[in-house]
Parts: sequence; C-alpha cells; structure tokens
Amino acid sequence: MADHTLSSPERLSTLDRAVQRVLGQPIDRTDGPAKVSGDARYSFEIEADNALYGHILTAGIGAGRIDAIDADAARAAPGVVAVLVDDPRLPADAVNSFDKLKSWRLGHDIRFFGQAIGVVVAETQEAARAAARLVDIRYAPQQGRFTPDLSHPDEIEPEGLRPPVKTGDFDAIFAGATFRYDQSYSTPIHFPAAMEPQATLARWEDDELILHSSLQSTGGATKAVGRALDIDPQKVRVIAPFVGGGFGGKTSVGAEAIYAAIAAKHTGRPVKIVQTRRQVAALAHHRAPTRQRVRIATDADGHIRAFGHHAVIAQRDNRSFVEPVHIGTTHLYAGDARLMTVDLARADHPTSGAVRSPGEACGTLAVEVAMDEAAEALGLDPIEFRRRNEPKVSPANGKPFGTRKLIECYEEGARRFGWDQRSAKPASRREGDWWIGHGMAAAIRSNITVEARATVTLEADGSAHIETDMTDIGTGTYTILMQVVAEALGLSPDRVRVSIGDSSLPRSAGSGGSFGASSASSAAALACQEIAGKLAAKLDAEAKDLTLQDGHATARNRRVPLTELLGGEAISAKGHAKPGKHTDAHVSASYGAHFAEVAVNAFTGEVRVRRMTGIFDIGRVLNEKTARSQIVGGIVWGIGSVLHEDGVIDPHSGQFVNPDFGEYHIPTHADSPPIEVHFIEEVDNLANEAGAKGVGELGNSGAGAAVANAIYNACGIRVHDFPITLDKLLSALPEQD
Amino acid sequence: MAWERKVGKAMHFTINGKNYDADPDIRTSLLDLLREHLNLTGSKKGCDHGQCGACTVLVNGRRINSCLTLAVMHQDDEITTIEGIGTPDNLAPLQAAFVKHDGFQCGYCTPGQICSATGMLNEAKQGWPSHVSERLEGDVELTDDEIRERMSGNLCRCSAYPNIVDAIREVAEEPA
Ligand code: FES
Ligand code: FES
Repeated sequence: MADHTLSSPERLSTLDRAVQRVLGQPIDRTDGPAKVSGDARYSFEIEADNALYGHILTAGIGAGRIDAIDADAARAAPGVVAVLVDDPRLPADAVNSFDKLKSWRLGHDIRFFGQAIGVVVAETQEAARAAARLVDIRYAPQQGRFTPDLSHPDEIEPEGLRPPVKTGDFDAIFAGATFRYDQSYSTPIHFPAAMEPQATLARWEDDELILHSSLQSTGGATKAVGRALDIDPQKVRVIAPFVGGGFGGKTSVGAEAIYAAIAAKHTGRPVKIVQTRRQVAALAHHRAPTRQRVRIATDADGHIRAFGHHAVIAQRDNRSFVEPVHIGTTHLYAGDARLMTVDLARADHPTSGAVRSPGEACGTLAVEVAMDEAAEALGLDPIEFRRRNEPKVSPANGKPFGTRKLIECYEEGARRFGWDQRSAKPASRREGDWWIGHGMAAAIRSNITVEARATVTLEADGSAHIETDMTDIGTGTYTILMQVVAEALGLSPDRVRVSIGDSSLPRSAGSGGSFGASSASSAAALACQEIAGKLAAKLDAEAKDLTLQDGHATARNRRVPLTELLGGEAISAKGHAKPGKHTDAHVSASYGAHFAEVAVNAFTGEVRVRRMTGIFDIGRVLNEKTARSQIVGGIVWGIGSVLHEDGVIDPHSGQFVNPDFGEYHIPTHADSPPIEVHFIEEVDNLANEAGAKGVGELGNSGAGAAVANAIYNACGIRVHDFPITLDKLLSALPEQD
Repeated sequence: MAWERKVGKAMHFTINGKNYDADPDIRTSLLDLLREHLNLTGSKKGCDHGQCGACTVLVNGRRINSCLTLAVMHQDDEITTIEGIGTPDNLAPLQAAFVKHDGFQCGYCTPGQICSATGMLNEAKQGWPSHVSERLEGDVELTDDEIRERMSGNLCRCSAYPNIVDAIREVAEEPA
C-alpha cells in the first residue's frame, strides 16, 4: 500500500512525468449526460418497494418546553402508520461526530424555533403532511435569547476552529502609530440553501442500516449516524452518488436521516423523508451573524505595523463550532503586531456552522473593505497598498508560504480588467441614470490537507477503476479522479471507471473545506504510483524510467501494451494520503484578486453588478473547466452576500422571517453578470501529492468586498453593515446637478 | 392502523408521448405524481412553493412549475418532462450545450433549467416580450440580458448562471 505522509517537500513525480495530457484539461463532466437528462438519481429518488413517507414535526415556539403532545387524531387519520415523538434519540436538528449528544438530544426542551420534535409516518406524502397538522402540541414558552448582543459577548472561551492570533504589543503599537483605521462591521445570517433539500431514504437489512442520504461525506457520516442512534457505525452504510449541492450544510447528517432510520426500524418498512424548504432553514446550520472590528495601523508610507481583527458571532448552547472569522486575515497582510480573536454570544437560534468559505466569506467583507478605506485615507491605490504589505513569510508565525502568487493575481487582474481606467475619486463617472464604479479585493482561502484513501485497480483488460467514498456535490469529483488516474496510468478518459459516494468504499474526508479534490486526488496519485512501480518492475526498469501513454508502457526502449504486460492479471493498489510534519511547517492557501464594475442607480440606489474579473492561484489546475465553474459559482455567492442575502430572525418569536427562496434572496440569472476567470498555475510542491490547492470556496472570498468597494467608488457611500440593500444607499446618494 | 386505500377512478396522463395510469391521492401535485408515482424523477423538488423552478415541465408546450399544480388537473394535457427532451445517449441540443459549457455543477436545478429554456426559446420565437425588452411588439432579439431575465425563475445555488447563458445562447443562435 502506498502510504504517504507529507514530511518532506518532495512531491510524487507520477503526475509530473505523465504525458497523457488529460489532467488539467477542460474535459466535460463525465456525469454530465446523466445530470442534464434527469437520469442521475438523488437520494429521495432511489426506488424502494413499499416505502413509507415521513413528515417531521417542528416546534412552534423559540424557547421553553413541551407540556404535552396529543397525537391521537393524527394516529387515527387515514394512511397514518405511526407518530413518533418520544424516542429519546430523536434529534433536535443535524447530528455530527464532534458535538456532545446533549447538543441535539433535547427531549421536550425547546431551544430554537423550528426544532424537530417528532415525525408522522404514513403511506403517502400527502397523508403524512396532512396528519402532521393534527398533532396537538402544548407548550410552556419562555423568553428566549433571540437577539444576542454581539457587542457584548458571553464570557466563554470558544473552543472553535480558530485559536486567537496574538503577536507583538498590539495596543501600544496601534496607539502610537501615524495612521490608524478603526471600524466596526456586521454581517448577517447566511443560509447554505443547496437546491436539493436534505432528504433520506432509510432501510434496514437485519441490523444493518442503509441510508441513501444527501450528504457531503459518506464514510464520515456513518460515525455521526452511529452515535445518534446508539449503534455501531460499522452497521451503517451511507450512499450518495449524486448530491444536489452542499455548501457546508450537508457536512452534518440531516435530522431527517435519523428520523427516517428510527421510523424504518419502528415500522419495518423503508422510510423516505425530505425536509421542506422552510424546515431546512432551521434544521440545517446557517452561517452565524457576526459583528467585527477591524483595526489597521501603518507608518507614514502605508506599511502596516499593527493589524487587529476581532469578531463576535452567535451560536446556540452546546454547539461547539465557532465561525473562524479571522482565518483568512491571519496570514494575509504584513504587520508584526497582530490581534485576531473570535468571541461568542450564546443565542436561542438554530445551529450555526460552516457554510461555503467559513471565516473568509464574512471576514473578507470587513477586512477587504477596510483595506480599501485605509488605502484611500493614505492616498494610495488599493493595489499599491496591498503590494506594500505583501509579506514574504507568514506575519503571524514566521513560517514560509507554499506557492503564493497574490501579487501576480493583482497585476494580471488589473491588466485584464482595465484598472488603470478607474477614477480614484468616487462619484465621478456617470452613464445616464447610473453611477459607475470599480473596486477590487483580495481572495484567500486557507488550504487544508486531510487524510484520504483510494483504491486503484488496473484491470487485465488495460482499463482502470478507482474507488473512494468521496462525494461529488457538484465539485467535479467524478471527472477529476478520472483525469488523475488516466494521466498517471497513461489511459484515455473512457478507460477509467470511477466509483464514489458509498461508505463501503475506501475512506476519504468527503467534500468540505475545499479539501476534497486535492486530498482524494493525492490518494489516487499514490495508488497509481504504486501500480506504475509494479509495471516498471515487469519491464526490469525503474519507475522513473517508465512512460505510460495510450495504454502502453515504455521503458528501456521497449513499448508494450498494458494488456500484454499484465498477462491477464489485474494490479490493485491502495493510496493513503495524509498530512505530515511538513504540513505544519508552512502556511498553505489559495489566493486570488477580484475586480468588479457596478452601476448604482442615481435615483433609486439599485445596484447592478455589470462585470467581474478574477485571477486565481489554486496550485495545479486539475480540470480547467470545472475549476473555473467552481470559482464563478463562488463569485456569484459573493455577489449574493454583499447585495441580498440576509437571514432574519424575528426578535419576538425567534423564528426565521425569511426561511425560503421567496424571501431569502439568493442570486438569480439576472443578478449574475459576465464573469471572467483566469488561473495563474504553479504546482504547489508543499500542499499535497497532487500539488493542488482548494478551489470551491476561494471565489466567494473577497468577491463581495470587491463589489462593496466598487459601490463606494460609484457613489461615494460606504456601508459597513451588510448586505448593501438600496435603503442603505438611498438617503446618501450624491446630489443631482 | 389499517390503511384502506380509497378505490378511486384511476387518472390518465400523457407524458412524453406515452400514456400513464395512476391512482394517486387527490391532493398530489403534478410534480409528486411524476416523482413518486410514475418513477419520472428527472423533475426536481427544490422548494415545493413555486420559488425555484427546479420542477419546471412543459404542459402543452408552456413551461410551468409542476409543484404548484395538482396532477388531477392535467389529464387532458400533453406533458413533457426532461426525460422526454433527450436521453443520456441521445441528448437534445440544449442538453448537449449544457454539458459543453458546464452549465451545472450539482445538477439538481438542471432539468428545470433545460425545460425552462426549451419553453423560453419558444416564447421568444413567438415574440413574447419580457421585462427588459425595448419594445412590446415585433421580433425578440435574445440578448444575454433577455436570456438572464427570462431564466430568472430558475434558481441555481451552484450559480452556474454565466455558463447556462452561454449554453442557451449557443442553441438560440443555431439556425432552426
Ligand atoms: S419545486 Fe417547484 S418551484 Fe421549486
Ligand atoms: S447545478 Fe446545482 S443548483 Fe444548479
């Protein structure tokens, strides 16, 4: 088995020496035809004989207790098979492998509006839904903490993702600096809002539980399911070959999966449950609201001496995730004195958690606008200000960077976008009724190396098969893994079969944190390297002297078809990639630069984004087409977060005011401008065996800030409380001549 | 609890040119009929409230949200779903263009986008104006702004929007 720990900067040479020219190419998604024809089956669409439908019951108060539940009428309703409200394992919302059981086993205590409390199981969806309305729940409500005061956090030491950064004497250096910037910001709740709602088909085969569930990881999910049901995770199989988007919201196991499993056991039949769109808002986690303070102190030339980024976020009791707001800021700009912290205010809200680009999505909205404001106050172009503060090594811990082409991204972006045409003075360009403005921002996404396993088999017929429990949530995994194997083994794309999305396959870390493609690709490359070694041995050659191309192996002036070399026997190898000493010895991130042109209506304050350009450094590009799509999607998310997205909790009841697409406005076609994306590719020797860095979350990092900065440039209004809706511009629009 | 199935009159449907009989609960939406009774799961449910367009199908050639209408109302209609537009081995031009331009990621909104685009191209051909049209009469020129406006009832959280517009534009420009 090719067991590889990254302990030296030596990367595998398998992919570098390969000559098949498949990897990196903009190859169409291999799962494309199935998806565009409706042939791809998502979890709720798996056929199951005799399946029942469940409808989850949710709490209609935001804090208090359930006094009594009368389900007699529901049980007597036509088609109803069971109403389950008393099983202590029924979770309040999503379950995971790291929080304490008590965080979701709330019994009849109500800790947030919309909390799951039971399930009606019936012969049809219609019968289950109708009977759910007949369940009579009596509550003893209490006053909840629905409006946490983010300027006065609770005295809790957060145990979240991100330790504080404290270097140098921040207070003294900030106080004594020539130039000081100090500004508060706020960002609201964001929903992941994947188009496919959380959905599960559960069935038992004896004591083995099979879940067809819409999840970002399969193997990882078995552990969470095992804990939630008090069963052995080995007895759980999770299957998810197609997942209708995740965006962080499907990293935990949806409540409906546990309800379906319990109901299936109880009734002895398969059970299907899909969360309604409005249920998803409360039962899947959201991005926490934040209040942030950004402080920047520089010398007279704009060299940053002190950088402060403080955030307070909201989380409900017993949930341990803390939005890592300063994760991107930590290593982004110079400044020896650094003070970066996250505090926590407890709230009776649904759970907050990791949503696409955790930390960076909300952190860059503040920090990248702050950089723009500080640059202007210093009389510097925002790119020049960033250039002056580009660190050579991490300013937080002195460690070297992996590849970091940030300056090149600024320069290339400026050139392609036409940054030199921008007027530095706000409200100086007008086209008809519209103020036109330009803005830019940096993008950063910390790169995470995680453990991943894959098995590759070179079949006797010269085709290959790769197996891993990784998911494809729209990220292109099917296609990318095919490309890695085809490249490494010298095969054409149609000779590689990819099996993923099943926990019975070798364990990966699943999709999340943008680590999926690079980690699984690394495991695949390792397995292929072992196979190449065995093929070389058959030719009495060293692996480094072997060339694999078009189904042939060439070494020592011999070119032999793989089928002949294999002699009727398959070769199988296991790849196991994992972080090692080297991972900690440097700072790894992907980078980019966003440029935005916006138009602000001079009379209504309406904002239209007209075009965006982005340049990105993601290490090795595994598939130019899917990577570009990931970035484009992220940029549109940035537009959504800066202009529209705003999850609102009613201060009186604690319920979401806008838990669906009618009221929570994700970007539409009409909101999405032409977006130009380019990569500056340099294989990152330090990141992992594949030399690739994370892509999926990078586009979302900084994109919103570039739009906010362009809005300022257009009309001269700075908004520090996001989103920038037109009401925040209307009263301050420039006077008309 | 015994479940006595009410013996109703079977309903009849014409979908993708084929005849189907079904006996669903009278409250069944057209979308749930397709997905839960006829095993036509290409049409997706993103919201069940007419807010996302994932369930878009064509009824007598016009695009509608199938989650917003009851199955029982459509027994005399010609219904076309994504399965009737093309198959993996025989993709319709729009489907092929979506693959070529990477007009999707997770694929969940995709059948709705493609059914919607099919209906939309027809509307444009018939001269229907949109909110961004300069004139209410005459031929429609399908600019990118027109495509974006006319497709805005179909949400895509993966935000493949620019690629979807590329795919639709390519097909719109093909000589019919
Ligand atoms: S499912 Fe019909 S519009 Fe969303
Ligand atoms: S492709 Fe995922 S929602 Fe559109």
